[in-house]
Formats: sequence, C-alpha cells, structure tokens
Amino acid sequence: MVDEPPAIELRGLSRYFGERTALRDVSLALPAGATLAVLGRNGAGKSTLLRILAALLRPHAGDVLVLGEPLPRRAFAVRGRLGLLGHEPLLYRELTGRENLRYHAGLHRVEAERVEEVLRAVQMERRADDPVRLLSRGMVQRLAVARAVLHRPRVLLLDEPRANLDPAASELVEPLIGRSSGVTRVLTSHDPRAALAESDLVLALKDGRSIYLGEPAGLRDGQLRELYS
Amino acid sequence: MRSTTTYAKGLRGLALATTATIGIALVLVFFYAPLDANQGFVQKIFYVHVPLAIVSLCGFVFGGLLAIGYLRTGDRRWDMRSYVAIHMALIFGVGGLITGSIWAKASWGHWWVWNEPTLVSFLIVLLLFATYQPLRFSIEDPERQARYASVFAIVAGAFVPLNYIAVQLATSYVHPRVLTLGGANLPASMGVTFLVAQIGFVLLYITLWKYEMAAKNNRSQVRRLRRTLLGEDSGRPLGRSAAPS
Amino acid sequence: MRTALIVLRKDLRLELRTLETVPAMVLFSLVTFVIFHFGLNQNTISGQLAAGVLTATLLFAAMLGVNRLFVAEREQGGFDAFLLAPVDRSAMLLAKATALFLFLAALEVVAVPAFGLFLLGPSLGPALPGLIVVLALADLALAVIGTLVSAIAVHTRARDLIGPMIGLPLLIPALIATARATGPLLAAQHAASAPPGRWLLILALYDVVFALLAYAVFDFLLED
Repeated sequence: MVDEPPAIELRGLSRYFGERTALRDVSLALPAGATLAVLGRNGAGKSTLLRILAALLRPHAGDVLVLGEPLPRRAFAVRGRLGLLGHEPLLYRELTGRENLRYHAGLHRVEAERVEEVLRAVQMERRADDPVRLLSRGMVQRLAVARAVLHRPRVLLLDEPRANLDPAASELVEPLIGRSSGVTRVLTSHDPRAALAESDLVLALKDGRSIYLGEPAGLRDGQLRELYS
Repeated sequence: MRSTTTYAKGLRGLALATTATIGIALVLVFFYAPLDANQGFVQKIFYVHVPLAIVSLCGFVFGGLLAIGYLRTGDRRWDMRSYVAIHMALIFGVGGLITGSIWAKASWGHWWVWNEPTLVSFLIVLLLFATYQPLRFSIEDPERQARYASVFAIVAGAFVPLNYIAVQLATSYVHPRVLTLGGANLPASMGVTFLVAQIGFVLLYITLWKYEMAAKNNRSQVRRLRRTLLGEDSGRPLGRSAAPS
Repeated sequence: MRTALIVLRKDLRLELRTLETVPAMVLFSLVTFVIFHFGLNQNTISGQLAAGVLTATLLFAAMLGVNRLFVAEREQGGFDAFLLAPVDRSAMLLAKATALFLFLAALEVVAVPAFGLFLLGPSLGPALPGLIVVLALADLALAVIGTLVSAIAVHTRARDLIGPMIGLPLLIPALIATARATGPLLAAQHAASAPPGRWLLILALYDVVFALLAYAVFDFLLED
C-alpha cells in the first residue's frame, strides 16, 4: 500500500443555512481509489456534503482537504480534477448532447476527440445530435455521466448516480463511474444495501451529525433502520 | 459576537450631546437666524432639510463602505452595520424629501420642482435605495442575502456621486441657488445656525445608528443564549426577514 | 478571455435556436412606438422629445431582455457547470455583457429605422453616424448594468420585478446623457452633425466606472 495522503479529509466540518444546521462536526479520511458511501434520509446533509467537496459551497467551520488541497482557499487548484454527478444533469435542454459536451470540454480544456470517446462509452453517439429536451430520462442520465467523466477527474462525487438508469445502462456506465474505474468516489444512494456493497467506507448522517463511520460490514441492521426512521 | 456594551458604550454621552446640539440649533433657528426677506418664516425649514439630505447621502455612502467590509471579511457584523446605516439613511432621506418639498412650496410655490438638482438627484437615490429592503426580503438564504445586499450597497453607494454630477449638468438653473459647489452665499448668522444644525443631525444619525446596532446585537445574543441553553429548536424560527440576524 | 468566448458562443447559439429574447424586444419596441404616437397625439416628433422617446423605449426593451439573461443558467444548472470548471469567474460577466450588447445592437438595427419611419419628423440619415456613436456607448451601459442586475435578480424570489426595479434608477444618469446627446441630432432645424461632447464624456465615464465596479463585485454574486 503506497503511503499516499488521503484523497479526501474532513475535520470537524460544519455548515449552516441560516439557523438550520446542515452538517455538524463531520470528520473522516478517505484513501485514494477508495469509495465512500454516504447514507441518510432526505435532508440529512448528503447533498450538502457533496457540494462542499465539489467546492460549490464553502464550509462554515472545520477543515476540508481534497487531493491535499484545503478548500475553499485552494479550490481553483482542484476544480479540474473533480467530477460531480448531481440531481441536475447540467445540460442545456435546447442544445444537443454533442454541443453540451463540447461546451463542457471547452470549459475544462479537453480535446474534441474525448467528447466522441465518452459519447461512444455511454452509447449515445447516434442520438448525440438531438436536442436534450427530446431525450428520455435514461439517455439524459447517460449524457450526464459522460459530462461528469469528460475531463478525467480523479475524484467522483456521485449523488444517486443510478437514478433513471435501467440495468443495461447501469452496467454500461460501471467502468466510467463504478468501482472498477479505480477513481476515488463519494456516493449517495437511496438504496443503502447497494451502496454498502460497493463501498470501502460508510458515513451515516442523521440531522447533519455523523452517527456511524466505518466499514460497511460493521453497520448493523438496527442502526440502518434508525438512520431512516 | 461583540457584547452589546461596545455599541452602548458612550451611547448616553452621545445622546446627551445630540440633544444639546439640536437644542442649541433650535434656539438659533428661532431666535438668532434672521428672517429671510423673500420667503419668510417657512424658509427656516432649510435648516432641517439640507442637513437631513446631506446626512442621508453620506449615510448611503457609509453603508456602501461597510458593505465592502463584509465582502472582504465574511463577518456578518459588517453586513448588520451596513444594513442599519442604509436603513437610517433611508429614513433621514424620506424626511429630507418631505422637508425639501415643503421648502420648494415655500420658495417657489410648487410642491415639486425639477430645477433644483440636489432635490432631483436625491429623489433618484431614494428610488434606488427603496429597493434595498425588497431585495433582501426576496432572498431566503441569510448568507446569500448578506452578500447580495452588500454588492447592491457598494454599487448603489458608488452611484450617488455619479448621479449627482449627471443631474447637476442636466438641470437648468432658473432660481438662485443657496448652496453652490463654489461655496455658500449665506450671511454669517445663517451660516452659523446652519453649521450647528448640520452637526446636530450628524450626531443624531450616529446616535440612532449605535442605538439600533445595540438593540439588534442584544436580540441576536438572546437568541443564541436560548439556543445554547434550551437546545436547537427552542424559540420560533426567525422566518423570512429582510434584516440580517 | 478564451473562456468568455466559449460561454458567449454557447449563449448566442441558444438565442439563435430559441429566439426568446431579441424578437420579444423588437416587438415590444414597435408596439411602444405606436403607443407613444397615440399617447402624444403627434404625427411626427423631433429634437429632445424624439430623443427622449427613443431612449426610453430602448431602455424598457433592454429591461425585458435583461430578465432572460441568466434564467437558463439558473434553471438548467448552468451556474454549477460553470463553477465546477477551472476558469476565471469574471469570464461569465464578460460573456453575458457581450451577449446583451449584441442583442441590443440587433434590436436597434430594427428599432431605430422603425423609429425613423413611424415617429421621427426630420430624416434619420444625417443623424445616423452620431446616433450610432451614442447608442454604442449607451448599449455598453445597458449591457454592464443589465448583466449585474440580472445576476442579482436571478437568485431572488421576485425575479422579474427586482431586475428592472434596481436597474432603472441605476441607469438614470446614462439615460440622461443618452437623451441629451441625441436631442440635438434629431432637431427639426439646425440639427447637429455630431453629438455634444460633454454628454458623450459622461456616458463614457459612467461606462468605465460601472464596468470596473461590476468586474470587482461579480465574483461574489456567483458563489453559493
């Protein structure tokens, strides 16, 4: 095991929205190449955590280090190496898939051939010239995956990545955003068992607080139930 | 959070000084300053209108400067200071506008005149700053609210001098001006009275600013204590508000 | 700079495909001219009155366009997409302001001749060169303030109202300068051949001050 610094490190992270506490004193360390599953009810703070890691939100207390760089101070240094797949596909509905990807490629300074490469990888080359508003939800999600991995990120932040994907499509994107991609991942899922199956570390959040942090096997059924009660 | 005593410090002394100065100003206005030959007694509102207007404009610029403090430090106290400054300046401003209208009526027979550039540019500034609170109120997230309000305060603060210049140049003068950029052409007795009144209103603004800061500070400290002692969900949630908390 | 071009190209492509903004502004201007004709009950107008009507119409049409500027970003995740990229945030200000400027120019290509046709007494031809200079500076002011105000408004609840409410008072000095610079150009007799310098100077000063200010504060509007 190479003695590398952890890909993600949180120390006492807190974030408020007005008087509501979204995250309270969350700490963890995630080694490079590993997968962190974040579990919890809606509103427990999962999406907030992902957005902070993506440098879209700033922490109100504590330290956040991604790829060794403290956020938000050094956000510009890590931005190009993070990939976010959130609830929104981040695609313009009136533009085609190809135009959307070319736009993102331009922003991330990625070469044009890479756009074709990811389109092929998600099997959207044939529908790449249709406006996004004409595509089915599953196709949009595949394009969103393509967008997220376009710039070859080293850390993937995945908010319910398998939403809207049928099993075939799910298999299709596995090498891009799944465990086999070898990339450090943080993922949330509505299906806790599936998430547990593909993760190395689990963080369970309830009302912004961390109530379990450790190996997937160590999370007992009782705790899981309490989490969603 | 700074304790209330920092804002309250010297508040009593300041309040006394304000009352004294305004008291002296009133005496001067009624018994010392000569009666204007043309306009008569109503002209005396000049001693209220002009200081109100000047303090109001300075208050807006002051609010803009405080907002810079917030954007640079991220400390919400600056936003609170900026909010109170603009809030006060708006109140003083409305007062200035009303007294200006009365003065216009007394001097030129109309409740509103377009060839008094100070009054006109003042109206425009007030129209702009009247949007400050609706803007704040329509943003829910308090941090975003503070940030956007600060951006507004800075842009609007920079707008004040630019607007004044533009309106000055656009206005034709028919009536003699009392205060020109070149210097006041007032007889000495009027000048003294005016100066005292001006100082009085500046003190009034500062006193009220400190007073409101102390009050707001107090309230938020109480809320924080309640939350610490009684737990997270004690007390009603603040709900949407235009004021920073 | 390069980033700004990428964002600009995207916005121009979106506008060409949806044709949301410019046609609406053009239509609005034409209708406004008709309304002015009946409101003023004059067959033709000239001089300062004409300048005022033209300036006011362009101003209100611009406010219409301003509201649309950031809506796609807000509703389709454009802000996130931009903020996730390793780019200079001011590029978005530059791109959007340029887009708005181009939209306004497109608007004026139709609206100004229409104005000459419907309302203006004296011939538009001789006034045109001077008018182009004034409108170029005015469009710059509208573009900068419009972008700033739209970025503020897009995150508020009363989105469509806040934009014009804040923008119109802010634009009054520019409006004054534009109208006063245009007035002499459109006079019925002894029309000036060039716009008066002092008003052009004020417009230019306004443009510079607010462009710098916008550049300084824009980053703060993009953060979450």
